[in-house]
Amino acid sequence: MADPFLSIQHVRKSFGATTVVQDFNLDVEPGEFVSFLGPSGCGKTTVLRMVAGFEEPSAGKIVVAGKDITRLKPNQRNVGMVFQAYALFPNLTVAQNIAFGLKVAGMPKADTDRRVAEMLDIIKLPQMGDRYPYQLSGGQQQRVALARAIAPKPKLLLLDEPLSALDAKVRVSLREEIRSIQKKLGITTIFVTHDQEEALSISDRIAVMYGGKAEQVGTPFEIYNRPATKFVANFVGTLNVLEGTVTDAASGKVKVSTQEVSLKGKLNGSKSGDTLSLALRPEAISLGRQPGRDSSLSGEISEVHFLGSVIRVRVGIGGNTVSLDTFNSPATPPPAVGEKAEISFSSGDMLVLH
Amino acid sequence: MKSGRFWAWVVFVLGAAYFFIPLIATVEFSMRMRRGAYSFDAYQIVLGDPRFQATFMYSVIAAIFTIILGVLIVVPAAYWIRLRLPQLRPVVEFITLLPLVIPAIVIVFGYIRMYGSNSPLPFLGSDTGTNSLLVIGYATLALPYMYRAVDTGLRTIDVRTLTEAAQILGAGWGTIITRIILPNVLIAVLSGAFLTFAIVIGEFTMASLLNRPAFGPYLQNIGANRAYEPAALAIIAFVITWGCMSLIQILSRFAPRSSNRPN
Repeated sequence: MADPFLSIQHVRKSFGATTVVQDFNLDVEPGEFVSFLGPSGCGKTTVLRMVAGFEEPSAGKIVVAGKDITRLKPNQRNVGMVFQAYALFPNLTVAQNIAFGLKVAGMPKADTDRRVAEMLDIIKLPQMGDRYPYQLSGGQQQRVALARAIAPKPKLLLLDEPLSALDAKVRVSLREEIRSIQKKLGITTIFVTHDQEEALSISDRIAVMYGGKAEQVGTPFEIYNRPATKFVANFVGTLNVLEGTVTDAASGKVKVSTQEVSLKGKLNGSKSGDTLSLALRPEAISLGRQPGRDSSLSGEISEVHFLGSVIRVRVGIGGNTVSLDTFNSPATPPPAVGEKAEISFSSGDMLVLH
Repeated sequence: MKSGRFWAWVVFVLGAAYFFIPLIATVEFSMRMRRGAYSFDAYQIVLGDPRFQATFMYSVIAAIFTIILGVLIVVPAAYWIRLRLPQLRPVVEFITLLPLVIPAIVIVFGYIRMYGSNSPLPFLGSDTGTNSLLVIGYATLALPYMYRAVDTGLRTIDVRTLTEAAQILGAGWGTIITRIILPNVLIAVLSGAFLTFAIVIGEFTMASLLNRPAFGPYLQNIGANRAYEPAALAIIAFVITWGCMSLIQILSRFAPRSSNRPN
């Protein structure tokens, strides 16, 4: 396997007595798009700022393309960055903003003009070069910020919640645009976000962070379907958590309320009598018995929400409530609150949270 | 409603009268030099006086150097405090207010004691040294206005993010200050500069005690010995000050606008 392009090794960051990042490790391959996903205060932006050089790690090192950049100043790192607040220079036009890094690097004027035109084409704003930032919408400003960041051909692109200040529709289109530009240029990218949908939709890999640590690093598929910790399972996607008690550890029997389900091979280390948290994604559950689903639980419908194409149903099972979505079918009336209902699922889809 | 508007007009007219009557009276008096007729004789005498031209030019040049010195000290200091030492802001604000509390005469006596021709730093031993000391003194007097103007300008931009954006694009401190920060607070700097100009043009104490041929001592001298010319000079000084204020207003139209402060 080739050496990683970016290697963050045992990085720690403390502000006074508070440690905000602890023993963070991550290797990023060339051209890879990695997202740092986590709630506010989990340390994701601090790690990004350490890669950018705005914060100095208290311990550990950061290596880019085989070179230790831990103590280098931000202007010596050849890293591009897009900020949440756009950070376009208000006194410069769009073209001058994009040209800023090129001029600082001493690129001749003709080459600079050519590169600026190329960048304006990439971000699909070829006619906007003479405008000032205040004359652009938020989405356009962030595209200009992206063009400015990639114009000097940085080794690494850092995106610090670049879509947070935009409205939902622009956010979706811009994230797709960012991903397509990143793929086209093959630039190694770190993307910080607290929006799981954003991270799942555009990343090659995701580092889910909590309490200054990477809880899990994996592909979006792995993160969603095989969460390594309770936090990851809860943070990424919607999850139904059921409390159960192990009745027979050897055969994998677990009692949920008064009903039993079989989780053979999933109870590693649990003993009979242990209490477990069991998790099921809503899309893994069907209302009624369905072929191919080996487990079921009975309960009573407690809530029904008609959402147009789907109907969200909540089923009470003892002290637990399970939420699931069913497609709306005009020929079938929606289930009624108070009806008895059976939910079925494949035991393989049930996660045991540790 | 109508009665409210009436009283508003009464207050406005009273306020305007309070402001304009002394001004009109001064203009009227300054034009009565020729017996029995209004004329601009006093203005002609004042503007034609070589001492007026020499002292005015001296003060203009002193003001320009004071503005340059003030900008060189205040812009990087205010920028650095906003960027890295925000906890020091109250202390620095207090220090910049001191020239308003400590009379100029105290400062200038301090200078004379500290920088006399027998001291280790004999600024007062030469004309150039004394002129430099005067400019330094003026920069101190103008500090409260310059600092506040620049600090207010810095408040309107996101100093930290703009600095980081420029840094990550490879810019050093010099480039950041001259190409990003200064252009974005230029109007604030100009406001501070014009206030500095207005202070320096009329300053008397420092120039007089350091025995410099400045406009302030000339004004005082004319005021003590002539009748109509001081009124003409007062009007000229007033026009200069208002000219400065108007320039600030005109230049502020060209201020760079940020997206969150579009108008």
